[in-house]
Amino acid sequence: MDKQLSIADIAAQVESGMTLGIGGWGARRKPMAFIRELLKTDVKDLTVVSYGGPDVGMLAATGKIKKLIFGFVSMDLVPLEGHFRVARQAGEIEVMEIDEGMFQLGLKAAAARLPFLPTRVGLASDVMTTNPELKTIRSPYDDGEEFVAMPALNLDMAVCHVNQADRQGNSRISGPDPFFDEWFCRAASKAYLTCEEVVDTQAFNDPLIALQMPIERNLIQGVALASYGAHPTSCGPLYGIDVSHLQGYNAAAKGSWEDYFAEYVDQVDLDSYTAAVGGGEAIQALPLPVF
Amino acid sequence: MNYSLAELCICAAAETFRGDGECMITSIGLVPRLAASMAKLSFEPDLMMTEGEAYLVSEPVPVGPRGDYQPKIEGLMTYEKVFTIISRGQRHAMVTPVQLDQYGQMNISIVGEYEKPKTALLGVRGYPGNTISNANSMFVPSHDQRTFVSGEVDMVGGIGYNPARWPGGVKPAFLDLRRIVSNLAVMDFNGQDHAIRVISLHPGVSFDEVQDNTGFSLERANDLVQTSPPAAEQLAILERLDPHGLRKTIFRDNPPGER
Repeated sequence: MDKQLSIADIAAQVESGMTLGIGGWGARRKPMAFIRELLKTDVKDLTVVSYGGPDVGMLAATGKIKKLIFGFVSMDLVPLEGHFRVARQAGEIEVMEIDEGMFQLGLKAAAARLPFLPTRVGLASDVMTTNPELKTIRSPYDDGEEFVAMPALNLDMAVCHVNQADRQGNSRISGPDPFFDEWFCRAASKAYLTCEEVVDTQAFNDPLIALQMPIERNLIQGVALASYGAHPTSCGPLYGIDVSHLQGYNAAAKGSWEDYFAEYVDQVDLDSYTAAVGGGEAIQALPLPVF
Repeated sequence: MNYSLAELCICAAAETFRGDGECMITSIGLVPRLAASMAKLSFEPDLMMTEGEAYLVSEPVPVGPRGDYQPKIEGLMTYEKVFTIISRGQRHAMVTPVQLDQYGQMNISIVGEYEKPKTALLGVRGYPGNTISNANSMFVPSHDQRTFVSGEVDMVGGIGYNPARWPGGVKPAFLDLRRIVSNLAVMDFNGQDHAIRVISLHPGVSFDEVQDNTGFSLERANDLVQTSPPAAEQLAILERLDPHGLRKTIFRDNPPGER
């Protein structure tokens, strides 16, 4: 089965009003080439589910987010995401702000086709008061403890960026942390991968490489090649976070988003984007982040 | 002996981890990280910590650019495993909240009204899970009434000793707030009903000065002492852990530890 698509094809799968999960974490391994394609469309009213970084900021800056389900929005080495802050402070987006671990449980509940999973996390905090839809449940056993029933985060669609994929949708994440990409894919009706490199299946014929393959191919509807497609976020071990690009992007939250959009998004394909940010060699030379 | 306020705070914060044994430390920020590293190298050798990303390391990694230094990996600690260890509780986190209140409740989400905040910050991150599951301590670099707020923090992310918020009024079983180290003093939660209590004052600081800079009433430990100065061996360890001297940037003009 050949599932190969283009990043524009994947963006074309997104419909207004969808719940969209985005893989990666903060400024790490975000499917940014896909995000830029999505920014070019007229899709709106998305419910975005993300361990947020510039993916959330860019979608907020273009007015595509109706509701954000998040634990944080941060660009790691650039801690505060300016575009998210502008939208949040203007009260423009609905939010479901939950603990990072609750977020993971919501994906896992969806993945297991359960309505919720129980957790202590959230109790006694304002996560409960700011999300009145969150309900609690009492243990049916002798302990009788009360838990948060973290609802399933069912996604219409998920998109993640990986190091390698084959045409069938097998894939490998060779950076240090696979984050929750696996669970985004499992929680979604349809999941798509963008990748640094499309390889033949035989490239995965190695027991140690198989340990870096958390996502099975039957979770994946489509695969698109997007070399340097995580830039300006990192894609270890290939390239690090482009801190200076993110600083410039962040500064654009003070009234010059249109300039950023014109320079890096609008009518800019991935090859011209890569050239505009200094070329592939410059991206590969970005040092891996030291935290 | 000459030592800076930053070095005093790092060594005082390291004491927070005394007795933790084989506990995983998550330390967010320069002072917490140097403090945990100091504790491991001076008196808690069994502490577990990461290189800041995804691997457990057998020796603390130095802060800042590492040159030829390679982290000494002893295991894996992806974010998914972090959540697993949090729920089991074998972890002690040290963080720097933007706001902290009389109950030890912490906020890094927003300042102002929730629906339309004056300032949007990060989000609750892992604070609700950290605080209901494992031990937590705090480092506060600017001890003032903007940080130590009156009433409650604007968005309770980290939970605290506030019975009004506990389910059924019962203290969550694993809630365990340990210590607060600020630029003025060291506090714990061993006052009446877990009230915040000053246990040591940094050299040249009075209890009244600490109280005046706090938006709620503080208890005063019966055996209130002066915060211990760093030992010479500890200052030598800090040189190794912080070869670029990043600790000089923690406080403006890098003030001395003894006023």
